[in-house]
Amino acid sequence: MTQLPPPAPAAYGDVKPPWPGRLFIVEGIDGSGKSTQLTLLSQWLQGEGYPVVFSEWNSSPIVRNTTRRGKKRQILTPLTFSLIHATDFYDRVEREIVPFLKAGAIVLADRYVFTAFARDVARGVEPRWVRGLYRFAVVPTMAFYFRTPLEVALKRILSGRPKLKWYEAGMDLGLHTEPQASYRIFQARILDEYERLVKEYPLTVMDATKAIETQQRLLRKHIAPHLLGLRKTGVIHAVHANHAKVTP
Amino acid sequence: MTRFDSYGEGIPGVDPGDLTGWLIVIEGTDGVGRTTHVNHLRGVLEREGYAVAETGLTRSDLAAAGIRRAKEGNTLGSNAYNLFYATDFADRLERQILPALRAGFVMLTDRYIYSLVARAIVRGADPDWIKNVYSFSLRPDAVFYLRIDVPNLVPRVLAQGGFDYWESGMDLPMGADLFDSFVNYQSRVIEELDRLSVEYGFETLDATRPVEETADDLSARVLRLLARISHETEGALPPP
Repeated sequence: MTQLPPPAPAAYGDVKPPWPGRLFIVEGIDGSGKSTQLTLLSQWLQGEGYPVVFSEWNSSPIVRNTTRRGKKRQILTPLTFSLIHATDFYDRVEREIVPFLKAGAIVLADRYVFTAFARDVARGVEPRWVRGLYRFAVVPTMAFYFRTPLEVALKRILSGRPKLKWYEAGMDLGLHTEPQASYRIFQARILDEYERLVKEYPLTVMDATKAIETQQRLLRKHIAPHLLGLRKTGVIHAVHANHAKVTP
Repeated sequence: MTRFDSYGEGIPGVDPGDLTGWLIVIEGTDGVGRTTHVNHLRGVLEREGYAVAETGLTRSDLAAAGIRRAKEGNTLGSNAYNLFYATDFADRLERQILPALRAGFVMLTDRYIYSLVARAIVRGADPDWIKNVYSFSLRPDAVFYLRIDVPNLVPRVLAQGGFDYWESGMDLPMGADLFDSFVNYQSRVIEELDRLSVEYGFETLDATRPVEETADDLSARVLRLLARISHETEGALPPP
């Protein structure tokens, strides 16, 4: 009785921000060291006098309660997990990222659309659908992927933090009854997806096995050319945004 | 052959092969009398021996409370708001509608993705984007569209206690006062539903008629549909 579905959707990648600010994002599996690198980058940029705003997943205040409820009660499915995180993401983009790009700030995002592409697809969500979902995400100035061998990342995570959360370990997928074993399988799947994304999108690959300070030097070298023409505040501290988390 | 398919790629991890019930959608704009019709229809079907389950918008276990809070403070960005509704819908689809269909129930749905899509488009969402967001949803057995125009809608809304802030699009707003905004907003919603009714193949019922007449028309159509599909299903079974 019903007709054909609508044609294949436009997908992520078309929305190039026309604003004066810069958006740098880092991606990688847990334990890749990307957050450490982003924090160091933030300190450098602030020291140079640039206005810096920090943005991360699950920071939208309204959506956070629902996400927490879903995770705590383990009622999220691959579909609702994907949709609730997309809700959070769009809220962040619309209220934390875009206004600051318009204002000429440097926005640093710990994980971006690629986290959803990797994680949701590892959960069985259709790749085309999830790329369509994020169609209106602004394309970053530069996106860095911290490539880490699975065993290195697992060792960093599993040695320091034995208690894994349900969804973090991918326990919802029934991969294994034991959280650590499930986590290994799930992370391996995510890693595979990231490697696919590197071929599909302009991600700058960083060797995350190198020394922290070596990676940081390289990261700054990549970013420096994009800072030309950017206005400094003249004040050396982070911007206090209403809902944006400010780096320490 | 499976009874149900999706508009798009389907629901991750869900095999539609074991869904045996009926998915019947009642669509129509705010105040057209959907709730009355759903209740009446439920009574008719149960008298005929069908097990009936119901669901409606923002009744999900997962996101209903969050959406209420977001509406109070009006604190969500526009696309985020649309996706929050999609989350609510997906939760109801997976945890209310699918189990009922698996159990062989008649699932009566007071609005489905179409009202959500229409509302999002009127509020400025990209039509292709929002349709793609909802493309995981199951194609219902039938969508009965209770169609009314704004002049006929106004007296009904007055009889029900007046104009609701959201149902008048006052968050936009679309006019100088509540009434003007209501008229403009509802005209746009009805326009979008009309467009969707062609695209998705709704069965349209003239809801400007007296309630009893529309109710009888609706029940007759639903009973015919149930009889037809149950025969088809039984006929498709292999011999014992």
